[in-house]
Amino acid sequence: MRHAEEYRDGRIARALGARIARAADPAASYRFMEFCGGHTHAIARYGIEDLLPGNVQLIHGPGCPVCVLPVGRIDAAIRLSERPKVTLCTYGDLMRVPGSHGMSLLRAKATGADIRMIYSALDALRIAEAEPNREVVFFAIGFETTTPPTALAIRLAAERKLKNFTVFCNHVLTPSAIQNILESPDLRTLGRVRLDGFIGPAHVSTVIGSEPYAFFAEEFEKPVVIAGFEPLDVMQAILMLIGQVNEGRHEVENQYRRAVRPQGNDRAKADVAEVFELRKSFEWRGLGLVPYSGLRLKNAYAAFDAERHFGIEYLPAPDNPACECGAILRGVKKPTDCKLFGTVCTPETPMGSCMVSAEGACAAHWTYGRFRDREAS
Amino acid sequence: MSPKAYRRKLDIRNGRVDLSHGAGGRAMAQLVADLFHEAFDNDWLRRGNDQAAFDVAQGRMVMTTDSYVVSPLFFLGGDIGSLAVHGTINDVAMAGAQPLYLSASFILEEGLALAELKRIADSMGAAARAAGVPIVTGDTKVVERGKADGVFISTTGIGVVPPGLDLSAEKALPGDRVILSGTIGDHGVAVMSKRQNLSFETEIISDSAALHGLVATMVTAGGQGLRVMRDPTRGGLGATLNELAQQSGVGFRIAEEAVPVKPEVTAACELLGLDPLHVANEGKLVAVVAPESAEAVLAAMRAHPLGCAAAIIGEAVADENRFVEMTTGFGGGRIVDWLSGEQLPRIC
Repeated sequence: MRHAEEYRDGRIARALGARIARAADPAASYRFMEFCGGHTHAIARYGIEDLLPGNVQLIHGPGCPVCVLPVGRIDAAIRLSERPKVTLCTYGDLMRVPGSHGMSLLRAKATGADIRMIYSALDALRIAEAEPNREVVFFAIGFETTTPPTALAIRLAAERKLKNFTVFCNHVLTPSAIQNILESPDLRTLGRVRLDGFIGPAHVSTVIGSEPYAFFAEEFEKPVVIAGFEPLDVMQAILMLIGQVNEGRHEVENQYRRAVRPQGNDRAKADVAEVFELRKSFEWRGLGLVPYSGLRLKNAYAAFDAERHFGIEYLPAPDNPACECGAILRGVKKPTDCKLFGTVCTPETPMGSCMVSAEGACAAHWTYGRFRDREAS
Repeated sequence: MSPKAYRRKLDIRNGRVDLSHGAGGRAMAQLVADLFHEAFDNDWLRRGNDQAAFDVAQGRMVMTTDSYVVSPLFFLGGDIGSLAVHGTINDVAMAGAQPLYLSASFILEEGLALAELKRIADSMGAAARAAGVPIVTGDTKVVERGKADGVFISTTGIGVVPPGLDLSAEKALPGDRVILSGTIGDHGVAVMSKRQNLSFETEIISDSAALHGLVATMVTAGGQGLRVMRDPTRGGLGATLNELAQQSGVGFRIAEEAVPVKPEVTAACELLGLDPLHVANEGKLVAVVAPESAEAVLAAMRAHPLGCAAAIIGEAVADENRFVEMTTGFGGGRIVDWLSGEQLPRIC
């Protein structure tokens, strides 16, 4: 724990804040997107914005797995949970995500569906082993960090010849989403967003390494600095990004050297490659259909694929028309630009997914940062 | 209940609660007499009535009730029984009152081991005796297996407020100091780590304790300067400060560095993804105190074993938004909001 406290030291933070202020050209402005919800949360939780000069802005990206899951996938999970004998295992964050017609997994549970909150994929496997009469489905979501544990659970289920364990796979890939943002008309042609660089993912990069970002840095001429999730990591990454922008460089730099290697974690990558393959496209809330951005189970593991086992048909469903989650996830709008924010949409009664997870831009701003709106008004 | 209307002793070692223990017959009478009365023993229970009669004290009385459904039933530093005594005593004490009597109502699940029930009842009896607040009346019901989870306990407490004292949640004024009686998060983390089977180098023990002794010293030291007291149980310090901000129509400004948290609780919260500000406490209180009385109240608290780590953590301010804002240890600002969601079900 002392190890973590080192990265939260207020004195070092103030010194780093002063260095950022000196490095930032007062005649310029800097707009950096932190891709990950983990960074969004740390920025809000520690009040990092208060330590930055006014011309350095942080744009919250789509790296919150709960936030980017489209309504249609939540609907599919709810329908699945309503089948006889099905036990749906899910991370707690997903329970309150609104689906269509005012339904959520929490409400489905209250009406009698057997939905259980778990902490890891292996918890779901244990439930399947302990309750052979139930059809246990693991509602798997997340980026590259949570994919290896799901792969492990599937491999163990295969080894143990479990007949009552399947995975409803919604795992998605970070690089595809970053590319989608960089290629979006908002950024390229409409000029609605200006991004000067990316704070690259922490945990995701421990798995995939720093190499996959080289393409963005080169092709789109945007600097990327991979950063840890501690607040001092984020501040140091901002200083490094400002340095790159000032010098006209666009490289991948690794602030999170204590955990991220260029090639990533070979074993985790091999586990994922063994079980999963790319989908042609996958729908993201906010980004729409993104080619080759999601994973599904390989044929060899088809028996553990809930989509095939239950014949789940994907039915796209629209977001609430007043909800701005999509534009917020693309960095085009801020939470406070949404009419629903803080009026009918709060963490207690979320209308959109960005208000559900603590990593969502709306929930982070509402929970930690809304006092700044008063100062602004 | 004497001479005894039954022959065979209650098989506490191997026996289990069955439906007859709630049916109103001999089995129930035996359970009440041999297990509960034995554990809580006092003059009122010995009279064997369906109610307890006692003289009414002079002055203003307070009354509170609370239910306990904690899972697991036993955790480091306490169990559902001691919690049911401490929690209700504390709710009485937060009015500045001296708690006098408790009632206890049990909903038992068919199949509960009598040995566990006895352990819980003994723990309640010991907690009540140590606090000097007897359990004078009670009730027992049994529900079918699967309709409850072991045992649920409801306790009601009454007490009397010293003359001239009127603490209430709407009384915080801008400029008042906020005093916290000690470290936060201990209870919630003790229960969660038991549930998750987590172990830490240093064991985390629930802070479950009766606070009326501490409150009495605060009343003596602070008198009318005490505006509000509340024990930050479910929802933690964050929820309590937000409740008081809403009820008093003020904001609060606190400093993260002033809020005491044990390093092992910080570490466990990190692991469990919790914010200590939202984790339950069962032996802590927050007091909002007039600025001129704050130092005297703080000194009195620090002289008491249950307040030795007490600290002034911030103050009330005029704020129409009623925000609870915190300067983080990192140097930035943030809101301390209510807990949202259901991250800690059945913590008390």
